[in-house]
Amino acid sequence: MTVTVELNSRKITREIEPDMLLTDFVRAEGCYSVKRGCETSNCGLCTVFLDDLPVLSCSVPAARADNRKVTTLEGLLEEAKEFGAFLADEGAEQCGFCNPGFVMNAIALFREKAEPTEQEIREYLAGNLCRCSGYEGQLRAILKFLEWKKERGQR
Amino acid sequence: MLKIKEYKKVKSLEEAWELNQKRSSRLIGGMMWLKMSRGSCAMAIDLSGLGLDQIREDPSQFEIGCMVPLRAIEQHQGLIAYTDGAIKEALRHIVGVQFRNTATVGGSIFGKYGFSDVLTMFLAMDTFVELYRSGIVPLSEFVKNDYGRDVLVRIYVKKQPARFFYQSVRNTQTDFPVLTCAAAFLPGQPFMAVFGARPGRAVRLLDHNAILGEQITEETAREFAEFAAERIRTGSNMRGSKEYRTHLVKVLAKRAALFFADGRGIL
Repeated sequence: MTVTVELNSRKITREIEPDMLLTDFVRAEGCYSVKRGCETSNCGLCTVFLDDLPVLSCSVPAARADNRKVTTLEGLLEEAKEFGAFLADEGAEQCGFCNPGFVMNAIALFREKAEPTEQEIREYLAGNLCRCSGYEGQLRAILKFLEWKKERGQR
Repeated sequence: MLKIKEYKKVKSLEEAWELNQKRSSRLIGGMMWLKMSRGSCAMAIDLSGLGLDQIREDPSQFEIGCMVPLRAIEQHQGLIAYTDGAIKEALRHIVGVQFRNTATVGGSIFGKYGFSDVLTMFLAMDTFVELYRSGIVPLSEFVKNDYGRDVLVRIYVKKQPARFFYQSVRNTQTDFPVLTCAAAFLPGQPFMAVFGARPGRAVRLLDHNAILGEQITEETAREFAEFAAERIRTGSNMRGSKEYRTHLVKVLAKRAALFFADGRGIL
């Protein structure tokens, strides 16, 4: 079957198998930030935006992305770089495998809520698992990033 | 992993129903759990082109299309206000935001899953499901009966002067619940508590004998909790034993009753 997808602002048309999953579709296009962690719709590693909403690409048929917009971390490099620096400064991660999915969902959170509470942050990111850390570094990074954005906005 | 030989985005409900009559066909909602099933299906039927991803509210009811994602329900201000936040509480613990952006209410309800927070919550409300061929039936009937290969089209929640309660117990965040409990006072009905993840599918329990009486007290709440523990059949699985679940039935039944006694909000 044929699908046309706007992947990271680039319109592409491809022939796909009917049971191809969106994870495999975007990886075939070179978006290697998108990874499989659990394959049970739980870990958040495969997070991409489908029409600007974060979804688990391991559970979305690629056919459902037909005539829709798909964004991966490769399409959000500026935003990711900005926030990623805060994660690094806090030493939030060890192996880094969960990072792309985590950054994607954090960006979704920042877009949805300008000033989330700590409880809202924890809740929004509950579906992003990290097996190295206790999430404390990530939380510090988010709070400092939000503070930095607020200060920058006020200037 | 589910193998799909043909993927069909249907143009009408009639087409969906006809294609679904073949045993080798599968209707897909969000495909969250379905993709993990084994075997293959000759045709995956996708309803996402039929405009069934909308929630409509009027003075008498909410009309929820089968393809509405759980996240949209959780964020719907009308539903949050109507249920005192109970519906948000029921949905917000389900895996993560990304999961709930794709999982559909139709898939959750049609699956009649034992672990379902969604089914537990909707059973506590005055809910009906619209099936393409069988018409509109109460959710409580839908849960008990087999409607074969019919297509679930919409869910209706009739607005009643009612208040709602929801709590679940989980061993860890984002996991399946060990027990779910929703409760409500609907007009003309005794107090109702719904228990799911027993681990069997959610069931309603009505306070037919008016154990709770006119005024709910600590003592009547405890009596109702004992009654619930006797009546609600529980079982064991990897998340909890039958005995533990029965203890939780008592705890949540009492909390539910007391919630209505002192009129506290849930959020």
